[in-house]
Amino acid sequence: MNKHTIPPAPVEGSPVAPPPPGIVRSIGSGIWTSLLNALSLLRESRVAMIGVGLVGFWVIVAILAPVIAPYPPNAQALPFAKPFAAHPDGGTFWLGADHLGRDILSRIIWGSRAVLFYAPLATACAFTVGIVMGLVAGYKRGWIDDVLSRISDIILSFPILVLYVVIISTFGASGLNIVLAVTFASAPGIMRIVRGLVLDLRNRDYVAAAQTRGESSLRIMFVEILPNARGPLIVDACLRLGYTIITIGVLGFLGLGLPPPDPDWGGMVNQTRSMATFAPHMTIFPVIAISSLVLGFNLLADGIREISLKD
Amino acid sequence: MDQRTQIPVLDIKGLSISYHTRAGDIPAVVDFDLVIRPGESVALVGESGCGKSTVANAIMRYMGSNGSIVAGTMRFKGRDILAMDDEELRSLRGNEIAMVYQEPFAALNPSMTIGRQLMEVPMIHEGIAGNEARRRALAILEDVRLPDCERVMASYPHQLSGGQQQRVVIAMALLSNPSLLLLDEPTTALDVTVEAGIIELIGEIKQKFGTAILFISHNLGLVREVCDRVCVMYSGEVIEEGAVGDVFTTMRHPYTRGLFGCIPVPSADKNQRPLAAIRGQLPLPHERPRGCNFGPRCDLFVKGKCDAGPIPMLQAADAGAAPHRARCGRLSATDAPPEIADVAAVGDLAPVESDIVLSIDEMQKYYPVYDRSIAAMIAGTSVRWVKANEELTFDAERGQTIAIVGESGCGKSTFAKVLMGLETATDGTIRFEGDYIGDTSVTSRTTGQIASLQMVFQNPNDTLNPSQTVGSQIARVIRKFGVETERTKVWARVYELLDLVKLPRDFARRMPRQLSGGQKQRIGIARAFAGNPSMVVADEPVSALDVSVQAAVTQLLMDIQRENNTTLIFISHDLSLVRYLADKVVVMYLGQIMEQGRTSDVFEPPYHPYTEALLSAVPVADPNIEKTRIVLEGAMPSPLDPPPGCPFASRCPRKLGAICDEERPPVHVMENGHRIACHIALSALQEVEPVFRRVEPSDTEDAA
Amino acid sequence: MLIFLAKRAGYMVLTMLVVSILLFLLLEVNGDSIAVKVLGPYTTDEQRALWLEANGYNRPAYVRYLEWLGRMVSGDFGDSIRFRAPVADVLWPRLANTAILGGVTFAVMIPLALMLGILAGMREGSKLDRTISVGSIVTTSIPEFASAVLLTFILVFWLGWLPGTSGMSNGFNALELILPVTVLVLYGFGYIARMTRASMAEVMQTPYIRTAILKGMPYRQVILRHALRNALIAPFTVIMLQINWLLSGVIVVEFFFAYKGFGALLLEASLNQDIYLIQACAMVAVFVAVTTQTIADIGYTYLNPRIRFA
Repeated sequence: MNKHTIPPAPVEGSPVAPPPPGIVRSIGSGIWTSLLNALSLLRESRVAMIGVGLVGFWVIVAILAPVIAPYPPNAQALPFAKPFAAHPDGGTFWLGADHLGRDILSRIIWGSRAVLFYAPLATACAFTVGIVMGLVAGYKRGWIDDVLSRISDIILSFPILVLYVVIISTFGASGLNIVLAVTFASAPGIMRIVRGLVLDLRNRDYVAAAQTRGESSLRIMFVEILPNARGPLIVDACLRLGYTIITIGVLGFLGLGLPPPDPDWGGMVNQTRSMATFAPHMTIFPVIAISSLVLGFNLLADGIREISLKD
Repeated sequence: MDQRTQIPVLDIKGLSISYHTRAGDIPAVVDFDLVIRPGESVALVGESGCGKSTVANAIMRYMGSNGSIVAGTMRFKGRDILAMDDEELRSLRGNEIAMVYQEPFAALNPSMTIGRQLMEVPMIHEGIAGNEARRRALAILEDVRLPDCERVMASYPHQLSGGQQQRVVIAMALLSNPSLLLLDEPTTALDVTVEAGIIELIGEIKQKFGTAILFISHNLGLVREVCDRVCVMYSGEVIEEGAVGDVFTTMRHPYTRGLFGCIPVPSADKNQRPLAAIRGQLPLPHERPRGCNFGPRCDLFVKGKCDAGPIPMLQAADAGAAPHRARCGRLSATDAPPEIADVAAVGDLAPVESDIVLSIDEMQKYYPVYDRSIAAMIAGTSVRWVKANEELTFDAERGQTIAIVGESGCGKSTFAKVLMGLETATDGTIRFEGDYIGDTSVTSRTTGQIASLQMVFQNPNDTLNPSQTVGSQIARVIRKFGVETERTKVWARVYELLDLVKLPRDFARRMPRQLSGGQKQRIGIARAFAGNPSMVVADEPVSALDVSVQAAVTQLLMDIQRENNTTLIFISHDLSLVRYLADKVVVMYLGQIMEQGRTSDVFEPPYHPYTEALLSAVPVADPNIEKTRIVLEGAMPSPLDPPPGCPFASRCPRKLGAICDEERPPVHVMENGHRIACHIALSALQEVEPVFRRVEPSDTEDAA
Repeated sequence: MLIFLAKRAGYMVLTMLVVSILLFLLLEVNGDSIAVKVLGPYTTDEQRALWLEANGYNRPAYVRYLEWLGRMVSGDFGDSIRFRAPVADVLWPRLANTAILGGVTFAVMIPLALMLGILAGMREGSKLDRTISVGSIVTTSIPEFASAVLLTFILVFWLGWLPGTSGMSNGFNALELILPVTVLVLYGFGYIARMTRASMAEVMQTPYIRTAILKGMPYRQVILRHALRNALIAPFTVIMLQINWLLSGVIVVEFFFAYKGFGALLLEASLNQDIYLIQACAMVAVFVAVTTQTIADIGYTYLNPRIRFA
């Protein structure tokens, strides 16, 4: 972006159209201006704002976990304590304690860290792989498109959880394996979406203009085409984050999640559900936690889609 | 005439329509009056944003969720449309008032056969049973001159061509014999020769059914051929109305004059009558000026008179038998006939050194189509060829403007792609500035070659990358071609280019979505000229723009070309524009050159029969010009399977006989490089009457 | 058309082959670990070596693969370690149970989702639309195990209306199906409803619907005759693909409610490293998934006249 002042020029009687009515988006340079722009855009949709609120809430909780969690997540104090019961070391079990006496509030707070670390990481990896595959398949076409599409069809033909179960049970459960499994299972879907977008965008005149300038394929894919596909991809990213969080929760629930002792929301539900008749708080609070986080992402995705349609 | 005593089919007074947006109410149409009598055909003319489509939707009371009629009355055959409830409206629609739309394919349900869609109309409105409805549908398909009606009844929309689809839509509208037919830009999406057929059909319908017609268009030439009366709209208001003959000869409103000044006429060229663009811009709906909407752009503007308050429609002093009114505060000043603007005559710029920049020799481009089925393998037709370009041969000299003319499917876009290196020629040579580039794709060309040959694209909305600023896109070109490398110098050049295309310098910071179509196209031109090319290929650069903007952008392109002595290859389907700005014309059909030569030679006899048909299809707005009517039947054959003889033989009105189907036609070579590929003897071709003939004003009693 | 079908069937077979190779490589390539899994961890090296020899594990991989493939195709899946019975005896009844669960789920979910989607899409932006849309988003945000917990808490523990598990230990009891079906329907309808809504809303905006209205057709007929025909093409393929989702969803639900179905079987097999059972379950799951995908493809082509009569 050019920073020096524009020299005045002799311009005769040229038409000057004011920018179209509506929100004039300032052309800022730099990440922070773009982020602030994005946030102000989101204000247009109430749904998006609720989504931002929910997600933001959990992100802050995760970041501040060491500060705001009242007790260590694995400290066993008073089994089956009810919500608002008094803690032996002073203070309160705001959300009660589980069957081993661990404070549920602290476990939920600490559990958010694992979720909000692995889910975005896995989604980001999946998107990187998927975008590259989709760009190449959609732009280059030919045999590489055929091969990549076949591969992605084959992977996508697995029911997702079956795929996870088989992978995790073979290679064992760990954070890294979950990330790899999610990447492997999600990348083909992302590739399909990107490929579809690229197939449409590559026929635009500005791509032809770049080609007739002699630009390299790499530059055309990443500079001309990809930035113009960002709308649907952002929406999909939010949705996929939601799915990934659910997946991590489900894997934890099935016993294939992160190995103990890290508190794992899904695992918390599974371990305590048989005792839920007399101590429902042990299962319900983690359920609310995971649902609210996923809801936040889903609302955000829907809000962004709404806004982009209004554009 | 006793028409006057009959109840008007449509009687609109003082209609005002507004859209409700988050930013408030935006008036789209203001104080609109219109009367249509039985059997009359009235045109509603204007550029985009003037409100003409809004009026059509309002007549049907189909305004969408945010539009509403805020004032005025509307009567259909005496009944108040605005007071009708849903059930009454439903019985009107499709039955008494019918509509024909702009995009015929989109207007038809892709999952239903044509027959079922047609039969619905009488079945709903008259409760007729299936067999009778079928009979009626077949009859109406014959009325719109569709061949093989039974087959059409059983087809799905995508199996028909564009022209056939539009005929079906017209048939559907006519099925219940409506009293009023609304046509909203019915031919904009169609090829010129197909358009001519539809226009002729509309004329026949008028005669046969006596339907009243409201014809909405931006094309003044079409209006002249179809309509009796015309209403010109600007920015939501009617600013002139009257009989077509009156308005088109003595335009009284400055905007109407301006419009006519923008339209290239097929009989004049750039040196006789330059295009005079209307300066300024269409005001945005919520920023309309006080008083006359056209004021800020008008040469006759008088402060105090034209911006005081709303201007009413006034009777023009030269009213003949039919009323002629204009919304102008300075009507007396427009009494005199419009003077041809005394634009400095440019004079015929013969190129100083006639060195040949581009030389195409027998260029051929075939695309393979693979059919991998077993049946094809057995028959030996696994690979078939789309013969997009066949034996193209012509030259271009430095500084010349060569126009490549033809309809969709003729191969002109393919030719552009091969020239630019996006494809490579299958055979033949292309020589550009001494280098053979026909078989080098753009990735193998040198930077110098690439910079020397650039392109302006068709669609202004797609020509710029929406995610980058305008200035950075131009800067990229400058840097890529090495014109400048140092930062300040690059940006200096960007600003110079913006000056060149007459845009303010601070546009460099804007994003493409903040620019209008015409402005984006100017940037496209700036970008093409950024590398100082010696040749520019312009692929339909102004087809997607409004008439007045077209004039301005075309003029700009010509000026830049002249200053830089650039060779311009101008691809277009618009023959009037081509006549106006080209030095040489190449006419293509189904991938082959039918005729080529100097512009003045091509537009006069001897013609190739296809050229003749193309010329006769051009809608002409000047009432003083009469033209031959030739309507082509059938459709262009598929390039997968071109006929062995002359490609035009299947539709040629002057076909000699079997020789045309079997043998390739010889090329008649005349002086000045004028060539025609035809079996007909040159002497016979030379005796053909010119398509456009100037007639005396007193002779213009044409029944449209 | 026949060629198209043949091509599709060909792709199916190809996919199954590739998947089978991958599965085989994944699970059987390391002979020693298999021996450990089959015989248990407390065996000696010689015992394992003997077993490997006896079961033909010392032959080259491709020979083993082809033999394995042959057995798979003929229905012999080997023996389950956990259940100590032929895999086939365990697998098929469980699959039937899941089919019942899936069948009832779809019978409830599809009409519900389609209707909600159509109603929402018909009047885009209306209150009904907003309610249905938000409802769909909320229900798809609550994972199956979460809604299972909540529903169990309300309907089993608090109100006591339904049994808490669905083991069917006393023969078939329809009441025991209600909770699993409800959980699946609750999570699954949202996606279909939103796809249908999007498709319907898009169709309502098309010019040909405008043509139908301006032809004077009654609104009801416009919807039934013109809109639905086009709007339901996309949801049809989505519904087929939801069968794919169902195979995943049943794992959680069956596990939660102890329903003796295919999903629970796969989970048990994985947790217990029951190789042959895992292989068989995975192959069956993929087969069902690929079949439904193929049907979806064929159906889409059939329903869309533009492709059918090209």
